[in-house]
Amino acid sequence: MTTARPRRPAFTRRRRRLYLLGAAAVVLGLAAMLILNAFEDNLVFFYSPTDLATRTDVPRDRLIRIGGLVEKGSVARQGAEVRFTVTDTANRLAVVYRGILPDLFREGQGVVAQGRLTAPGTFEAREVLAKHDETYMPREVADAIKRSGQWKESEGKAGAGTGATP
Amino acid sequence: MTAAVTEFFRMGGYGAYVWPAFAFAALVLGGMAWRVLARLRASEGALDRMRDRAEGGRP
Amino acid sequence: MVNILANPARFLRLAGAVLPWCWAAAAVTGGVGLWLAVFVSPADYQQGDSVRIMYIHVPAAWMALAAYTLVAVFSAVALVWKHPLAHIVAGAAVPLGAGFTAICLVTGMLWGKTSWGTWWVWDARLTSVLVLFFLYLGLIALRGAFDDAERGNRAAALLALVGFVNIPIIKFSVDWWATLHQPASVLRIGGPAIHPSMLWPLLTMAVAFMAYFAALLILSVRAEIAGRKLQALLVAAGRNEPAADGLQGEAR
Repeated sequence: MTTARPRRPAFTRRRRRLYLLGAAAVVLGLAAMLILNAFEDNLVFFYSPTDLATRTDVPRDRLIRIGGLVEKGSVARQGAEVRFTVTDTANRLAVVYRGILPDLFREGQGVVAQGRLTAPGTFEAREVLAKHDETYMPREVADAIKRSGQWKESEGKAGAGTGATP
Repeated sequence: MTAAVTEFFRMGGYGAYVWPAFAFAALVLGGMAWRVLARLRASEGALDRMRDRAEGGRP
Repeated sequence: MVNILANPARFLRLAGAVLPWCWAAAAVTGGVGLWLAVFVSPADYQQGDSVRIMYIHVPAAWMALAAYTLVAVFSAVALVWKHPLAHIVAGAAVPLGAGFTAICLVTGMLWGKTSWGTWWVWDARLTSVLVLFFLYLGLIALRGAFDDAERGNRAAALLALVGFVNIPIIKFSVDWWATLHQPASVLRIGGPAIHPSMLWPLLTMAVAFMAYFAALLILSVRAEIAGRKLQALLVAAGRNEPAADGLQGEAR
């Protein structure tokens, strides 16, 4: 306020700061978008069976995560070993796992497993996590919808499609 | 009666997760209020004391 | 609108009038919301009673994002209009936002263990929320790191604005990338995917969290203004000069 410089009206200085800040925000937003775009593939938490079938950049020699729906009727237990099929409705992947499954692991529900591809179309899981969708409702309502035949497969569908590539 | 209460606290088997979640939230929310009120009391109290002293000191 | 911040006395009068309503709203909606969340709302068809963690986790997450947005807006106002009160409001919201983020993270870990089967995964949603928590901590540290309070304020305001890019990332992380965390249930295209019997308790708790935040924000701003007044008086007294800000007009 008491500078010797010829004073400009406070109004224009304020406006200049506003423009400066706006320009900085635009540049920053753009930079963030570019960075996120570049890192997109590393931000993929899991691959879908379709990714495994079509993409060539999926690492075959180290731990990866795969995700999709547990195919109905595919779960088979043999002692401590569980076998099931993960599907994204387009492609399927056979999974073998030894260990404790989470409470929400169910046929027709979403699942994310970490492990290794042992052969084309087979996956040996070290850890199995349940993925649930964004739908919440009381059990009676779910039963009523199922009874009325209005149940959409999308309502039990979590994790189908990776969302990585729209 | 006690069976109903026990069943309530069991939360269908998820009590060990549900109640700690509520307790942690209560702890943090309470801590936030405690911190703000303590600072408010300290600064406003000191201001009041200064005002009292200034008024008491006047001839 | 912005000029309310130019006059702390007017702001304090306005805030004083709003404060009781905030407390009342927080008490009523908090009480009713808790009762609905714990006793009335049904168990989920998939998750059973563990879904009750949602009534804490989701409002805390919303407030973590809302508080940061408020910090960014007031930081921008502070940098452009130079109203000292804008820095004070931004500074007051930061620890509160950090608290909500901590609640969101810890309740989320408990919920994740029951539903997913793990406490933590490094997916885009969980990681970006952890970044938000560190941003809050960074803002607290930065404000205290400068001897010159004004410079600390300005540095914190700049960091707050830079960090704002994280907010849309958090919100849309579940849509942009394959995450373990499910997509949004309430603010989504096509309307909420939560049954009304669970949505209403959730919204009631959200109002409670917001009112509680508003009440603590007002009190925190009041404490900071009183603290600065005290500081000014002590400096003036130390120089053996009369207080300059008119609080003690008759002392001169």
